Amino acid sequence: MATTTPVLPKLVGQRVKRREDPRLIQGLASYVDDIKVAGMQYLAFKRSDVAHGRITRIDTTAAAAMDGVEAVFTGAQIAEIVPPMPIGTPFPSPAHHAVAVDVVRYAGEPVAVVVARDRYVARDAADAIVVSYERLPAVVDLEQAMTGKPAVIHKDFANNLAVALVPGGTGVGADYSVDDTAINKAFAAAEVVISQRMVNQRLAPTAIEGRGVLAHYEPGRGTMTIWSSTQNPHILRTMIAAMNGLGQDQVRAIAPEVGGGFGAKINIYGEEYVAAAISKKLGVPIKWVEDRSEAFVATTHGRDILGYIDLAAKRDGTVLGLKLRLIADIGAYNMLLTAAIPTLTMLMANATYNIPAIRVTLTEVFTNKTPTDAYRGAGRPEATYFVERAMDMLARELNMDPADLRRKNFIQPYQFPFATQMGAVYDSGDYEKCMDLALKNAKWKELKAERDAAKAKGRLVGIGMAMYVEVCGLGPSSSLPTGGWEHSGVTIERDGRITATTGASPHGQGNETTFGQMLADQFGVPLEHVTILHGDTSIVKQGIGTFGSRSQAVGGTALHLAGGKVKAKMAKFAAALLEANEDDLVFENGRVFVKGAPASGKSFAEVAAYAYVPVPLPPGLEPGLSDEAFFEPANNTYPFGCHISMLEIDRETGEPKLLKLIAVDDAGNLINPLIVEGQIHGGLAQGIGQAMIEEVVYNSDGQLVTGSFMDYAIPRAIDFPRFELDFTCTPTPVNPLGAKGVGEAGTLGSTPCIVAAAVDALSEFGVKHIDMMLRPEKLWRIIHGGKS
Amino acid sequence: MISTAFEYQRANSLDEAIKKLQETGGRGKLLAGGHSLVPLMKLRMSEPGILIDIARIPGLAGIREKDGKIEIFAATVHHDVASSALLAEKCPVVAETAGEIGDPQVRNRGTLGGSLAHSDPSADYPAVMLAVDAEIHLKGPKGWRIVKASDFFQDLFTVDLAADEIIGGVQFAAVKSAGYAKLHQRASGYAIVGVAAALDVKGGVITSARLGLTGAGSHATRMTNVEKALAGQPLSAKTIEAAAKIAGEGIKHVNADIHASEEYRRAMIPVFTKRALEKAMARS
Repeated sequence: MATTTPVLPKLVGQRVKRREDPRLIQGLASYVDDIKVAGMQYLAFKRSDVAHGRITRIDTTAAAAMDGVEAVFTGAQIAEIVPPMPIGTPFPSPAHHAVAVDVVRYAGEPVAVVVARDRYVARDAADAIVVSYERLPAVVDLEQAMTGKPAVIHKDFANNLAVALVPGGTGVGADYSVDDTAINKAFAAAEVVISQRMVNQRLAPTAIEGRGVLAHYEPGRGTMTIWSSTQNPHILRTMIAAMNGLGQDQVRAIAPEVGGGFGAKINIYGEEYVAAAISKKLGVPIKWVEDRSEAFVATTHGRDILGYIDLAAKRDGTVLGLKLRLIADIGAYNMLLTAAIPTLTMLMANATYNIPAIRVTLTEVFTNKTPTDAYRGAGRPEATYFVERAMDMLARELNMDPADLRRKNFIQPYQFPFATQMGAVYDSGDYEKCMDLALKNAKWKELKAERDAAKAKGRLVGIGMAMYVEVCGLGPSSSLPTGGWEHSGVTIERDGRITATTGASPHGQGNETTFGQMLADQFGVPLEHVTILHGDTSIVKQGIGTFGSRSQAVGGTALHLAGGKVKAKMAKFAAALLEANEDDLVFENGRVFVKGAPASGKSFAEVAAYAYVPVPLPPGLEPGLSDEAFFEPANNTYPFGCHISMLEIDRETGEPKLLKLIAVDDAGNLINPLIVEGQIHGGLAQGIGQAMIEEVVYNSDGQLVTGSFMDYAIPRAIDFPRFELDFTCTPTPVNPLGAKGVGEAGTLGSTPCIVAAAVDALSEFGVKHIDMMLRPEKLWRIIHGGKS
Repeated sequence: MISTAFEYQRANSLDEAIKKLQETGGRGKLLAGGHSLVPLMKLRMSEPGILIDIARIPGLAGIREKDGKIEIFAATVHHDVASSALLAEKCPVVAETAGEIGDPQVRNRGTLGGSLAHSDPSADYPAVMLAVDAEIHLKGPKGWRIVKASDFFQDLFTVDLAADEIIGGVQFAAVKSAGYAKLHQRASGYAIVGVAAALDVKGGVITSARLGLTGAGSHATRMTNVEKALAGQPLSAKTIEAAAKIAGEGIKHVNADIHASEEYRRAMIPVFTKRALEKAMARS
């Protein structure tokens, strides 16, 4: 049989350069702030400069009188057109007004809104609003807050408890009844117990493009178009429609180019609701674009969980039990997913180990700070950090190699699917293989020798390692109030080009490239002939969005399924055209032909053209080549990895310097290793940022001290060594692609492996644990004062 | 991050700029690189009614050697100082200091004159100007006036510069055996503590020394006790170590913020004094 040499390479699995980048780096992309609608007016928010206070007076007279000011609204006036904001979690929650009514609960909370002809007038007018407050005590310290002191922030939430203790793990019934037998037994049998209080500090997501919204209500049509820098335009559409008394058919939500989200652009914010409601009320387009000072106070923060961990083990390293008491600082209000994020920390407390007994409790606490919500990793880096730090402490206590300790306790490949005590079902994994590759790449033995040699010379050099497993590919519809599926549409155009839509809403993930690669392979056409559309609810019929490392595993699968449906139909047209059996057809090199006889086939474009002018129309077929698919995953995916670092601390100054970072990640099948590496790089950067230089700091009055890039450090290229990346591949059975998701992975392994290296570097001072960030002064105190 | 409204004017000569300063009274503010002023304006901590742009005044930027002295004109951006071949050869500490300021974007816009006039307590340039014993050349309505760097920096954001005066440039004798060492604040890049040290060495003996300290107090200062301890001593690691130990002694007020407590900052003064001196020794 004659064979053909493929002219078009198969693209899935290849290092294809991102198709998005030329427009992004040449300034040819349009973000919300680039979009203009005739007649649009601008919003500015007057924000509270106290963390907790009763509004005694708002004087808007001067602002309203300014030239160019269209309208001024106080919180009470906004409350007439914007109902309290809904949340996406089932927990009880206090009313949260988009603009504060009577009481402000964090510095930066909006208290009034100005509508003006440009953003400059709007800003000046906001400054001209005079607000008086009766100051109330600011609740800043998390553990003090739990005692109801110095104040109770929401009157129906005694002791500032937002979500009271939710027990989880061994011996916990579905009704939260608790049987302590197993956990007590584990700790009674322990030969060694590690106990440590750990802080997973608050971070600011700091996307380079801040938030922004343009709402355009057209009274004549009764429809709303809303552009927003969001990760999930379909959720935005649902919420904007519900909040404005409109049907979902009457709202079009558009996420244009989005310059990063990192989880903070999942939430639908008050500014979006206010812009939409004012546009509807005044009948004019309304734009608001966040500035950087606002972003620090008005965009949700991430992390901020305190963990009290106890790890019980035998002296041979066998882990017997884990207790983890989590206290999450959720800030002043519940946002869309706020309350759910720390539950992911609970869910992942089982980590990569066989732990006979686990008990996790979680308390979520209100404070007078900016609300928290998802931030890259969202609950999973916290779980990884707590458990991996405890494992590292145990290894140190037992004088065991940290890799050997992990090896002794790993969940074994034959145990998958592995149902954890926390309710997760790990889909697939081979943790030992992954760790072994990381140890090999790091030259673990030599690395230790290198560290020892450096220490012998008086240098403070340390090495650290960490394993992680995360939950990605969110998820079955039971796990998300929006539904957990994703949607895609694929159309073969008349000229043989392909247009596809996805409900995933990429904002840096590169799905235009990876999805293009998939369809190019599926149909045997050039990548340049495929266009991926996203981010517009009037073009993309349905969707959930991009978060939880789900776009490839869930969105990619929906695309694959939709493509398969269209391909099957196209094969029927081709079969008719070629007088062949559709099952014998091959799509390759831009042609459709009978297997083994490429010369006798038709070009892909010829078949497409026939489908749109079907003379004669094959029996049983409708004209055209367009179909769609929803993909509902049966489970989440559970990627994993092993990260190793080497770090040196300056003995005189305490300054840490990261010398090496070796990562081996397993995200299942990779569509595009180049993009995957980019995602790992970004995740590592933010993980290293958390470990070493990032920390949101409030003073005792609840004022944000790190309110600008002069005081809040974000990592830059010069902060890193060259990352050494590698992969193992354990495909997931959850989707036909075998892909697990990788967007957040880098944030998980990096923090515990870096802190472990810092503790190792300072081992001569007897330090057992250091809370992040690794502030030079903190390390200097350990070196020079012997305390942590 | 939106400033209040302001008027923009551009001056084409120092005299024109001075005239504009006089005409605008207290409302006019000079703009060169804008890397101190513009952030303050965006935070509305500075609300000048009129900006007088002096960045493009002909002859106000450049580095040259004249009569055995180095001259750097006020509108020279940090990048040009950092990459100057003349400075690298004759007085590397100044180029080194400029290269430690902020990040590439800042160094491509920020100017020497702007940094000196603003006198941020954590700025890098003031320390090195003290160490090279620079003369700061100021022009006012009555002509030129020369102020020694050691007299120029007076207090927090306060320098010996009248409201109608402009820095034209600095002049100093090149000194090779000099170094700058700083502890970086990781967010801003400013010095938590920065020390510039310059040594005059003859026949292996330190004849005189000048040390400028920034970041620790309200403004950059000379560390005269260290200078005295070094003078007349043989140039050696031992000398440096001994002299560095007393660095910071007797300083009454030391800054504290979230990045560094007073105790830590005080401890860092001898550390970075030693490092600056070691660099100076390596270049001698």
